[in-house]
Amino acid sequence: MSAKFLEKDILLEIEDLQIQGYSEETWIDIIKGVNLTLHRGEVLGLIGESGAGKSTIGAAAMGYARDGTRISGGRIEFDGIELTTATESDKRSLRGSRIAYVAQSAAASFNPAHKIIDQHTEAPVQYRIQKRLEAQEDAMKLYEQLRLPNPNEIGFRYPHQVSGGQLQRAMTAMAMSCRPDLIIFDEPTTALDVTTQIEVLAAIRDIVDQYNTAAIYITHDLAVVAQMADTIKVLLKGEEVEQASTVEMLENPQEDYTKSLWAVRSFKRPQKARPKDGTEPIISVKNIDAAYTGGVKVLDDVSFDIYPGMTVAVVGESGSGKSTTARCITGLLPPMAGEIQFKGDTLPPKYTDRSKDQLRQAQMIYQMADTALNPKVQINEIIGRPAQFYSGLKGTALKQRVDELLDLIELEPSKYYYRYPPELSGGQKQRIGIARALAAEPEFIICDEVTSALDQLVAEGILKLLDRLQRDLGLAYMFITHDLATVRSIADEVVVMQNGKVVEQGPKDKMFTPPHHPYTDLLLSSVPEMDPNWLTTLLEERGVDNIGEKADV
Amino acid sequence: MGGLLNLVLKRLGLGLITLLVVSILIFFAVELLPGDTAEQILGQGATEETVAALREQLGLNRPWYVRYLDWLSGAVVGDFGVSALSGEPVMDVIGGRFVNTLFLAAYAAVLAVPLAITLGVIVALLRNTVFDRVANVLTLTSISSPEFFLGYILILFLAVKNPFFPAIASLSDGMSLGELLNRTFLPALTLVLVVTAHMMRMTRAAIINLLASPYIEMARLKGVSPWRVIVRHALPNAWAPIINVVALNLAYLITGVVLVEVVFVYPGIGQALVDAVAKRNFPVVQAASLIFAATFILLNLAADVGAILTNPRLRHPK
Repeated sequence: MSAKFLEKDILLEIEDLQIQGYSEETWIDIIKGVNLTLHRGEVLGLIGESGAGKSTIGAAAMGYARDGTRISGGRIEFDGIELTTATESDKRSLRGSRIAYVAQSAAASFNPAHKIIDQHTEAPVQYRIQKRLEAQEDAMKLYEQLRLPNPNEIGFRYPHQVSGGQLQRAMTAMAMSCRPDLIIFDEPTTALDVTTQIEVLAAIRDIVDQYNTAAIYITHDLAVVAQMADTIKVLLKGEEVEQASTVEMLENPQEDYTKSLWAVRSFKRPQKARPKDGTEPIISVKNIDAAYTGGVKVLDDVSFDIYPGMTVAVVGESGSGKSTTARCITGLLPPMAGEIQFKGDTLPPKYTDRSKDQLRQAQMIYQMADTALNPKVQINEIIGRPAQFYSGLKGTALKQRVDELLDLIELEPSKYYYRYPPELSGGQKQRIGIARALAAEPEFIICDEVTSALDQLVAEGILKLLDRLQRDLGLAYMFITHDLATVRSIADEVVVMQNGKVVEQGPKDKMFTPPHHPYTDLLLSSVPEMDPNWLTTLLEERGVDNIGEKADV
Repeated sequence: MGGLLNLVLKRLGLGLITLLVVSILIFFAVELLPGDTAEQILGQGATEETVAALREQLGLNRPWYVRYLDWLSGAVVGDFGVSALSGEPVMDVIGGRFVNTLFLAAYAAVLAVPLAITLGVIVALLRNTVFDRVANVLTLTSISSPEFFLGYILILFLAVKNPFFPAIASLSDGMSLGELLNRTFLPALTLVLVVTAHMMRMTRAAIINLLASPYIEMARLKGVSPWRVIVRHALPNAWAPIINVVALNLAYLITGVVLVEVVFVYPGIGQALVDAVAKRNFPVVQAASLIFAATFILLNLAADVGAILTNPRLRHPK
């Protein structure tokens, strides 16, 4: 504990907290005795993989147990009030007024039926802290402090009329509405682009500082927590691994698990260069324009080549046209102009006009393995269907092929053959997604943000697997991502997209050394680094007023 | 809002096409019935010649498409031909009865819809409590009992044993509204009992469905009271499915009330339809069927528009 915080300023004290979740007709422990002390004005970073219980602890700090969970033991004392024994209405009167919550997805956490400012003023009006009009004026003031554009007007919009980064700031403003003593930030920037993330991080840090609000900052991103927290606590499967001040934790982690978290970003494979013997590119995107029905142009003259056995990373913010390009290549969205060539032959624009052999060449692996796999279909069928469809395999030959594919993705065939997707972990599901793509025996695979929904350790496993498969099977990847750390570790070439245009492309080593295109520069410099002073330095370099301009597009 | 008007017009156009298809089906379904109006009017003793002469006179010997178009062009302006039995225009026979049916349906709806939605909100709030279970069992019981049975039970307890309301809902001209409401209370109550359960359960389900949403959790973590969470945060997002069920039930109130009309001797269109079928009064059957179809289509259209209007994404485009 740093000397900055005094014993008498303790705001929240959690002792031996135990929480159980109801699953398969029994109560199982999900939080197994966690202690936590938070002083006024202190920011505590809670870090760990998904399933570590970070959010559960965050909710418990408000005396709240999510549906299907219960607080089964321990003490939670907030400013002298024992929350585990307090009545429901006592706890309710703390929420929103003295302890506030900022959720991961602001888009899902704002009620779509009401204007933003009406949701903002709900708590202060309900607690009779302010009259409605006063609360509205205060909201506008907070919007201004959080550097939202048009602070006097933006609140009167509905949530769907405002961008994700702006909503996240509006939600932080809402949490501030009653000037609480404590705010729980539950992965507030995880769903945002790097450029937008900076905006929100800077806004949160400023406002927390300004009102001396204590905060629990929950995240799985170490670099982010390093910017925000005074103290970091590492969690693993409902138990505390270690806790230390931010600087100490970064420089000198004690436990092996913490060290492994710190080391994750180290995976790198050697960069390959384009073949020089005149080999044709396997996929060639030539000057394509595209738009969704009745909409504006989302792709504008996009061109790039992917050579056999190489990984081309396509990076850019959400909405830059990365996934749309993938849809054009697969034929799901016929381009308005331009063409897609496979080994020099032009592919029909619509997938319905392509032959089986052309179809098999463009396989996809999706971001959300959860939704990309049918939960009611067994693994053998999920992988077996493309094998059957493209290669006409049947009976034992089919079974053999499925076993082979399961071997390839390092899942024991006998164990997983008859399983259903919900019985698998996130990483295993993503592996099944890979096997399904491989079943078609393609030479080219589109990986659409395949690791962004996974924890860092698991993601690294997937990247290693993809790398091995590439070497063994000579695959070419189009790797869509917004995570530049991933690009650093696996890409051979990089294509940077912005607003439907390719702004820069080239070999990775060139792309990562200056001089850059200004947009590439913005993307690169926005990736959080482990240095706790990174955000401060960056904000000084860019100037406070400029950080968000790109992000609000 | 231009987009919205467009959408409504499009739906209205689709509704008209549906109605046209239904009109063809109705026309031919009636054609398929054995015998025709001429035979029916003249009875069994008629000779071939007289029947043929009457057919000629009524235009029944023309080809089907001519008769269909003739009928359709009349129907568009509200002229469904003349009743085969009395010779009066069909609209005179069923027009007043249709108004009566609408009145009864509206009466029942005004009672049932607010009741069902309020009950639905309350049981969603008190879900899995005794009140929830009791409300469920009671409404399920009422929906599972045949209407005529419910009607007779109500007559027994509210008209015969305790004469609060008249058992027969006969109407006469010049009745005051109060008198009218009193006379038709029992049939309306029967209908209320029949339709409430469905709407209440849908309201409950639609609200509970939303309670797992992040914005509901957000509201709870803002310290919003459970009652306000349901009414202000869940209900506004639950309207679409509720409106659909309400529309379906309103359509039922207009088109499915034959048994209730019979039990209470209420002069509605349902009874007229049954009479007409029994007596092969084809023009009346066709007219009543078409009116029912139009009612269904209009109510569904209203439900669609209602669902769109309650969606802020469509009301306030980016």
